[in-house]
Amino acid sequence: MSKEPVAVVGIGQTKHVAARHDVSIAGLVREAAARALADAELTWADIDAVVIGKAPDFFEGVMMPELYLADALGAVGKPMLRVHTAGSVGGSTALVASNLVAARVHRTVLTLAFEKQSESNAMWGLSLPVPFQQPLLAGAGGFFAPHVRAYMRRTGAPDTVGSLVAYKDRRNALKNPYAHLHEHDITLEKVQASPMLWDPIRYSETCPSSDGACAMILTDRAGATRSPKPAAWVHGGAMRSEPTLFAGKDFVSPQAGKDCAADVYRQAGITDPRREIDAVEMYVPFSWYEPMWLENLGFAAEGEGWKLTEAGVTELDGDLPVNPSGGVLSTNPIGASGMIRFAEAALQVRGQAGEHQVPGARRALGHAYGGGAQFFAMWLVGAQEPTS
Amino acid sequence: MARYAREVAVVAFAQSDHLRRTDELSEVEMVMPVLHQVLAATGLKAGEIGFTCSGSSDYLAGRAFSFTMTLDGVGAWPPISESHVEMDGAWALYEAWVKIQTGEADTALVYSYGKSSPGSVRDVLTRQLDPYYVAPLWPDSVALAALQARALIDAGETDESALAAIGARSRADAGANPHAQLRGSVPQGDYQVRPLRTGDCPPVGDGVAAVVLAAGDLARQLCERPAWITGIDHRIEAHSLGLRDLTDSPSTRIAAEHAGVFEAPVDTAELHAPFSSQEVVLRKALGLADDVAVNPSGGALAANPMMAAGLIRIGEAAARIHRGESHRVVAHATSGPCLQQNLVAVLEGDRA
Repeated sequence: MSKEPVAVVGIGQTKHVAARHDVSIAGLVREAAARALADAELTWADIDAVVIGKAPDFFEGVMMPELYLADALGAVGKPMLRVHTAGSVGGSTALVASNLVAARVHRTVLTLAFEKQSESNAMWGLSLPVPFQQPLLAGAGGFFAPHVRAYMRRTGAPDTVGSLVAYKDRRNALKNPYAHLHEHDITLEKVQASPMLWDPIRYSETCPSSDGACAMILTDRAGATRSPKPAAWVHGGAMRSEPTLFAGKDFVSPQAGKDCAADVYRQAGITDPRREIDAVEMYVPFSWYEPMWLENLGFAAEGEGWKLTEAGVTELDGDLPVNPSGGVLSTNPIGASGMIRFAEAALQVRGQAGEHQVPGARRALGHAYGGGAQFFAMWLVGAQEPTS
Repeated sequence: MARYAREVAVVAFAQSDHLRRTDELSEVEMVMPVLHQVLAATGLKAGEIGFTCSGSSDYLAGRAFSFTMTLDGVGAWPPISESHVEMDGAWALYEAWVKIQTGEADTALVYSYGKSSPGSVRDVLTRQLDPYYVAPLWPDSVALAALQARALIDAGETDESALAAIGARSRADAGANPHAQLRGSVPQGDYQVRPLRTGDCPPVGDGVAAVVLAAGDLARQLCERPAWITGIDHRIEAHSLGLRDLTDSPSTRIAAEHAGVFEAPVDTAELHAPFSSQEVVLRKALGLADDVAVNPSGGALAANPMMAAGLIRIGEAAARIHRGESHRVVAHATSGPCLQQNLVAVLEGDRA
């Protein structure tokens, strides 16, 4: 059987900030959705279904908020699905929406992901005690720092690499009007002088807590034909999961991430990702995850990822720009962060990324992960309609 | 069958016994036996399943990312293609069905679970309401259902004795369901919130459900009498109760139209109606004839494990086709206060 080609024809984001006191949760998501519709030059009536994602409900203190958000997202009388796959959720949500079009169940779908972290306290939300399970009170950084340390020991990477990533991403964010952190006075020395939080992760090498939403309009071939702006075409998309904790798990380079990337490349006909992909929006909440994921995603051989970062390959003007938008390190409304990666990849191949546009980008990868590096979601988008 | 690209059937269904409390079990321990049982029914191993999808709610578990642990029960190694909805498992089944329609998977494992016992589910569900204007008032789920029941009685659609009969029929039918929480004759009891008595309200309990889906000839190989999903759709309505006519369920009706319910008679209906009064609304929206067997399993009035009760309706409907007891069945799942969101599926057996 053949699948319907899926096109991204509208993208909308809010300006991500620490606290949007001026809008409710409904107001926040409506803003991103309205911008995506305006970008696609469509109206609420053109939308057949809504697929929404966010990270845990405890982050806002609202149980299953999609019920309350049905009105704000024009979903009344329509199908509405709520996806939740931890930190990868923004990516998974876009893929579920994409499948609705690919399966020819719906023609035009609004997909949206959000987090309004200022409504509650994310560290509290992540730290509720659970019987029979080990307490995890160190926050996300405390969980991931030992794996970064393992990567450094395994590859011999010098301890300067993490700060290079942070310095690059924060400079890229200055070119992205929607990015949360706009640190105009950023220098490499300032990153390196920032306090050590979870050795070897410094304060400036961690993501902020943001309020924000991201929306996309996905449609079929006929919808793309009517689109006033260039479409980004989905060439491949996949999700993979593995258990959180078990003896055989490689926390430095999880098998689920490798398998997920391999599936996406197979679908997209990519055999040499380093040469054939023009831009990568990678989920990097702690700076060291850039070199780690470069290896996990097949852009570098094992142990070699940090060399690409150190050589400037991943800079905005390098030959494999990673996170031209500034990435999760500059903007992290958790539930939306994965969808922002997917949307920014689409912006690149549509040529709509503004000041952080990678010139001539034809194929871009959007990447998300979540849980204890156990959930992965990725898509590869291209400027051309896929041939197969 | 031409409605969709591929024929997809429920080929196996399993559920736990639904219990008032399961203090001695973690969610993983609750889920694992049911997963083993549903896979054993098909002979498939976890690694042979094309796509896995689950439904659950962090607010019942009392912690964030609760589903990450139950994934361990699946045995996701080597890594699997997997997703999760923060919804009843009926919507996880819908996501899995869409995945099979794309051709990226030929089989799917769907499961969902809920442990209501650690908290007060009436209080917990208030957190589902508009967080700024309604949730601070803590209107509980039984009170909201009572508003709907009152509206139905005032509109002349039912009365208290008719509601009592629904409760009595459901509990009597559950006598034949070994998994049900409340079985056999159960007294209608005292008023909980007028006009609803204990017998009009669902029991609070813990439970798990799991289903295996398969496409085309593979379904025929895995199951003697596959329950084909010939139509499936879901719709949502406005959240605010003041914006809705509580005596009607337009979302159920739209979903039923898209699922093809009205194209031919059904012999059986498995309706996710946690309150007796909601069965009245759903019967009307689905246009069920008087001779349709409604909730022969006992329905949600006999066992209502949150997040699994909707998937159980699809599973029970499919199991009747597997056993040759039904031929064209409508299965329904609901979510949100007073039937805000509804999923409708039509399942059919092969014609002899």
